[in-house]
Amino acid sequence: MDVKTARILKSSLFYVMVVLFLVFIMLPFIWQFLTSIKPLSEIASIPAKWFPSKINVQFYFNVFEKHPFARYLLNSFIVASITTFLSILIGASASYALARLRFKGKKVLLMAILSISMFPTISTVSPLFLILKSLGLLNTYAGLIIPYITFALPLSIWLLTNFFSQLPKSFEEAAILDGCTRLQIFFKIMLPLIKPATFSVALLVFINSWNEYIYGLTFMTDDNMRTVPVGISLFPSNYELPWGDMAAASIVVTVPLIILVLVFQKRIIAGLTSGGVKE
Amino acid sequence: MKSSLQKQETRDAWIMMSPAIIILLIIAVYPIVRTFWISLHEMVLTDPGSGFPFIGIENYTKLFQDPRALASIAFTFKFTITTVVLELIIGVGLALIMNKKFKGRGLVRAAILIPWAIPTTVSALMWKFIYNDQYGLFNDVLFRFGIIDEYKAWLSTESGTFMALVITDVWKTAPFMALLVLAGLQMIPDELYESAKIDGANAFQAFVKITLPMVKSTILVALLFRTLDAFRVFDLVSVMTGGANGSESVSLYAYNNLMKFLDFGYGSALSILIFIIVFIISLIYMKALGKNLA
Repeated sequence: MDVKTARILKSSLFYVMVVLFLVFIMLPFIWQFLTSIKPLSEIASIPAKWFPSKINVQFYFNVFEKHPFARYLLNSFIVASITTFLSILIGASASYALARLRFKGKKVLLMAILSISMFPTISTVSPLFLILKSLGLLNTYAGLIIPYITFALPLSIWLLTNFFSQLPKSFEEAAILDGCTRLQIFFKIMLPLIKPATFSVALLVFINSWNEYIYGLTFMTDDNMRTVPVGISLFPSNYELPWGDMAAASIVVTVPLIILVLVFQKRIIAGLTSGGVKE
Repeated sequence: MKSSLQKQETRDAWIMMSPAIIILLIIAVYPIVRTFWISLHEMVLTDPGSGFPFIGIENYTKLFQDPRALASIAFTFKFTITTVVLELIIGVGLALIMNKKFKGRGLVRAAILIPWAIPTTVSALMWKFIYNDQYGLFNDVLFRFGIIDEYKAWLSTESGTFMALVITDVWKTAPFMALLVLAGLQMIPDELYESAKIDGANAFQAFVKITLPMVKSTILVALLFRTLDAFRVFDLVSVMTGGANGSESVSLYAYNNLMKFLDFGYGSALSILIFIIVFIISLIYMKALGKNLA
C-alpha cells in the first residue's frame, strides 16, 4: 500500500466518523420528526416502521387543539424576552463598572456574582414561592420574570464584563481628556462598542430563560400561564402517553431553535466561549 | 488631585453597580438566607396548626438517617461523576477533531449546538420514546444489528434507567464541552507545534507537552460548569423517569419534599445541603484554577 492510498483511506475513515457522529446527534430529531408525521398505527408497529406509508398531520393539530400550546409559546416568548431585556439593561452598567473602573473589592464582587449564577434553583424555589404567593404574583408574567432575573442577571453581568474588558483602554482616555462625564462615556462610547457582544449575551440569556423548568413548573400552575418546557412535560397523563402529540410538539419547539442556532451560530459561540475561556 | 479622581471613580462604580447589587440581594441572596432559616424550623404547609417552631439542626440530623435522602445523594454523585467523565473524554475528542480543517466542519459545529439549545424536558421526552420497550428506536437498532436478541424494557430496570439517563445527558452536553475546549485549542499559536516538530516531538508528545497545559484552564472551567449542572440534575430525571428505579436525584427529592409533601422545613434542609455541596465543588475547582481565573 503506497502513501497515497494510505492517506485516502485515513481521510475516508475520518469522514465516516464525522458522519456517524452527525447521525448520532441528529437521529433523535429525525426519529421524532418521522414519528410526528406517521399514522397512529405505524407509531405502534413492531418492528418499528421507519418511514410512514402516508403523511399524517393530525398530531400537529392535536398539539394546538388539545392543549393551549400557542399560549405556552406566547408565555415563554414574553417571559424570556422581558427577562433578557431587563437583565442586559441592569447588567450593562454594572459590567462596565466591573470591567473598566478601578475600585476596591472588585474581585470579591465578581466572585460573588459568579457564585450567585451558580446558586441551585432548588435552593431558592420555596422562599420565592412564599414571597410571590404573598404578593399575589403566582401565575403572572412578573411572577416568573422576577425569579428568572436571579440567573439571567448574573449571567449577563459575567459575560458582558468579559466583553467590556476586551475593549482597548485608549477610547476612554481620549474621552476623559475631551471632558466627557462618566455617563456620556458609558452611553455614547462604550455601549455602541459592545452592541454586537450584547446580542450574543442576549441570545444566551434568552435560550436559558426559554428552557428553564423548575421555576416555571412551580410558579405557573394555571394551564394558560405555563411555559413551553413545562407544558410539554405535562402532555403524558395517567391514562395515556400521546407519543404522536409529544413528537409533533417537540418538532414545533425545536425547529425555531434550530433556525436560531443556524443563523446566529457565530454569535452564540462567541457568547459561550467568552464566559468559559480566559485569554 | 489624583486621589479625588480615584474617589470619583469609586463612587461612579458603586452607583453604576447599585441597581444590580440591590436586585440580586433581594431576589437571590435573601431567598437563600430564608431557605436556611426555614431549614432550622418545622414548617409543614399541610398542617398549618403546627406553627413554625425552631428545631435547630433536627432537619439535618433527620436527613442523615433518611435512607431515601442518602440514596438520592448517592445516585446524584454517581450520575455526576459518570456523565462528567464521559463528557470530558468525548468533548476533548470532538474538539481535537474540529480543530482540524475539513469539509463540513461548519456543519458539525452548527449541529452540535442544537442539542445544547433545546429544552432539557424536550430532549428527555425524545429519548424516553427512543428507549420505549416496544416502539423505541433503541431496541429496533440494537435488534437489527444483532446486539440484543429480544426487546428490552430499558426504563424499568435500575441499570437500564441509569444508562438511559447518562446517554441522554451526554448527548445533550458533550457538544457544549467540545465547543468550550475548541475555543481554548484555537488560541494555541501554531508556532508552538512547529517548533516542537523541529525538536523531534511526535504527535502524542506534542499533545501532552503543549496542548494539555495550554487548555488546562479552559477544560477546568468547562468541567466546573458541567459538574455543577450535573449535580443539580432535575429536569431530565423528573421528565424521563420521575425518579423511578433508584434514579431520584437529590434535587428531585428536595422538590418532592417542598412542593409535593409541602414539608418546607425538611425540603429546605435538603436544598441547603445541595447549596453547600455545589459551593464546595466550586471551591475545589477554583483552587485548581488558581490564578488562571479572572
